[in-house]
Amino acid sequence: MIKLTVNNKPYEVDASPEMPLLWAIRDMVGLTGTKFGCGMAQCGACTVHIDGTPVRSCSFPVSAAAGKKITTIEGISEKIGQAVQKAWVELQVPQCGYCQSGQIMSAAALLKSKPKPTDADIDAAMQGNLCRCGTYQRIRSAIHRAAEMI
Amino acid sequence: MHKQITNIDRRNFLRISGVTGVGLVLGLSAKADGMPLVENLATAGESFELTPFVVVENTGQITIFNRNPEIGQGTFQSIPALIAEELEVSLDKVIIRQTGGEKKFGGGQSSGGSASVRTGYQMLRKVGASAREMLIKAASLQWNVPVTECYASEAKVFHKPSGKSLGYGELAEAASKVEVPKTPTLKDPKEFKILGKRSPRPDVPSKSNGTAIFGIDISVPGMVYASIERCPVFGGQLVSFDATAAKQVKGVIAVETCERNISGQKNEGVAVIAENYWAAVQGRKALVVKWDYKGNETFNSKTYEQELRDAAKEEGAVQHTQGDFDKTFAEASVKLEAFYETPVVSHSPIEPMNCVASWYEGNKVEIWTSTQVPGSIMNEIPKQFGVPAENVKVNVQFNGGGFGRRLYPDYVMETVQLTKKVGKPVKAIWTREDDTKLGPFRPMTYSAMKGALSPTGKAIAFQHKVISPTIGGKKDYDKTKADGTMTEGISEQKYEIEHMKNLYVHHYLHVPTAAWRAVTSTTLAFAHECFIDEMAVKAKKDPMAFRLDMLTKESDTKRILNKLKELSNWNKPLPAGWGRGVAQYEFFAGQAGYVIEVSKKGTGIKIEKVIAVIDLGTVVNPDTVEAQVQGAAVMALTAATKSGITFENGQTVQSNYHNNQLVRINEMPKVQVHILAEGGPKIKGVGEPGLPPFAPALCNAIYAATGKRIRRLPFDINKIV
Repeated sequence: MIKLTVNNKPYEVDASPEMPLLWAIRDMVGLTGTKFGCGMAQCGACTVHIDGTPVRSCSFPVSAAAGKKITTIEGISEKIGQAVQKAWVELQVPQCGYCQSGQIMSAAALLKSKPKPTDADIDAAMQGNLCRCGTYQRIRSAIHRAAEMI
Repeated sequence: MHKQITNIDRRNFLRISGVTGVGLVLGLSAKADGMPLVENLATAGESFELTPFVVVENTGQITIFNRNPEIGQGTFQSIPALIAEELEVSLDKVIIRQTGGEKKFGGGQSSGGSASVRTGYQMLRKVGASAREMLIKAASLQWNVPVTECYASEAKVFHKPSGKSLGYGELAEAASKVEVPKTPTLKDPKEFKILGKRSPRPDVPSKSNGTAIFGIDISVPGMVYASIERCPVFGGQLVSFDATAAKQVKGVIAVETCERNISGQKNEGVAVIAENYWAAVQGRKALVVKWDYKGNETFNSKTYEQELRDAAKEEGAVQHTQGDFDKTFAEASVKLEAFYETPVVSHSPIEPMNCVASWYEGNKVEIWTSTQVPGSIMNEIPKQFGVPAENVKVNVQFNGGGFGRRLYPDYVMETVQLTKKVGKPVKAIWTREDDTKLGPFRPMTYSAMKGALSPTGKAIAFQHKVISPTIGGKKDYDKTKADGTMTEGISEQKYEIEHMKNLYVHHYLHVPTAAWRAVTSTTLAFAHECFIDEMAVKAKKDPMAFRLDMLTKESDTKRILNKLKELSNWNKPLPAGWGRGVAQYEFFAGQAGYVIEVSKKGTGIKIEKVIAVIDLGTVVNPDTVEAQVQGAAVMALTAATKSGITFENGQTVQSNYHNNQLVRINEMPKVQVHILAEGGPKIKGVGEPGLPPFAPALCNAIYAATGKRIRRLPFDINKIV
């Protein structure tokens, strides 16, 4: 059994150590806001925070997350995360919405390190997150909007 | 919380109650205290095809059913809005539920062809108006006053002279006994409160906090997971497999075969079924499978592409002819020819294909999935599995992208086979590699273009010959016929050119092919509108003026181009090294146009400005339209400038997003969207029209900036000159 702390709650999962954290979160902890997109850290749909840093959970072994503080889209409650979610709704960012949990997790991490990001900062922090619907223009606007709200 | 698709409630119910047999809850979907108007609506006259889309409960709760699956295009708002507007209710007070192909909701339960609003606009407004009139009638009877003294507003009926009112819930039972009006009166668009206004989409909050449920998020009690190994070579067949090692992987329960049916081909695969998805994937890696490639292992893109070029020499089937093209072209003093090529591309929605299916009680099937076509799944399952239609239930979830891929339920049918074999609910999930390598894909089209000009530079003859496989792969294709889909739009452009002969040459491709957002217009518009530009250059005319000169009659095309000319300050000179390009395309889904400005940057170009004009006639939600056109531009940019799909050794070369790349945020140009909604009888589509004219406008701009004419997609935006 591997001990995990997800969104400040303790869990014990019966997973093989090399199982990606993503599947432990989705299939064992039962939180489905974190999405599977590629399985090789190319699309960012699975982004979670580990000790505050954005991580692609599809390519991160569950055993390496033991004892660390894991935050998923469902647990993003601090000021920055809420501002991002509010901006996402205000600017109607999502289309299909599937990648947006990952986008929001990356955006929240960006705003934590750079409260007033430039367009270049957004390019650098967000280019690991694919959106097939093409919501990038609104993502950019919503990050600027969230920065104003914080 | 009421805004999510119905099955979230069902799923939570299953979890909470601990019911083990999924079938036990089938009867619990309707609330017992509901007083549905639907029974009456269902018997309405056929003049407006009324179906049970509105349920009013005596508690006042109103449920509106959405028949067009939400795939990111905004139907979770735009479709219920058509009903709510006429019903005089605010959308935020309504429960929106997704239909699942049930007979009572009739045809049209699908999302494709930018058709949801186009086909539903009148019909669904009439549904809402009928319900409103029945509620008003019920109130007038209760008050014993003339109907003309009553009106509806904010889910209540008011008596104008006295000011008294009754809520819809209080009227529901009486209203359900009122005769359904045959010709309900629709509201004057001037009085619209929802339609035509920028309105928030009710699914957005749940898609911003992780609570929106997609197909892949469904779990039902007793569910097991499947990952399926399929032949990597297209056209290959399963010979045998050894599952010994796979079955030794911890968590693996069973190994079963299942058949995938796509593009007219049936191919058997081997599914590993396990207690969790990761175990299923590990078990799959341990499979030893023997395939018979049937000689298809030598197939490759280079050879096939050369075959297309060779096939271009055939005369082809006539798709459209007017005047005398052959004579005019032969005798013309100024003429030109060009050959255009486009790639195969993938849909690649970020949510991979997946399905949860449960076969229970011998002949009952329940499905939970992301799909664009619940109606056809509902039709197919009884046919393929011999179960009674009334024993099938399809629960449609939010789609994590569709783009045409989820028009094909191959992944659903595989899962049904597996649940039938293992006797448990099965959740099958494709890996990204499965999704990238196995198709179906948008086929390429090649275009042989011919044009002739008068001595004064007027276009007098034009030919667009399309050379391509078909969508769905037709081996016995009758080559004397032109395929409508593969020649989409080439004879619908409004340019007044006297002599025209458009042709089609079919060349078979055994790789599974499919409709892709904006279908064949995405490739044909590139050839068509770039060649029009080539003709303008040959005529020594400005490309915008050359187009407008061919549009003496009023048309949507003329309106779009004039608007683009105005918005782009077309005649204003650009800095040195910049170029401006224009393109438009009209096809079955609708019509849009772009002016794009680019600048030279090293060996490549930078996209400086993108102006889009979409012509709709009537607009339902301008905010959604803007988002859709921006998204279409990104998808078009990916298709024009990223690798696309290629084949070697009978297999797809690309496997995941690292080598089948999509445009990322740092590559996204800003797209200004202008909506033309000047009324008119024709309502045009939103989801697709923003795609086709993007690539030609970009390439025409690149020509203007660099003198380099791009005739083959994809191209590297950083290596133009």
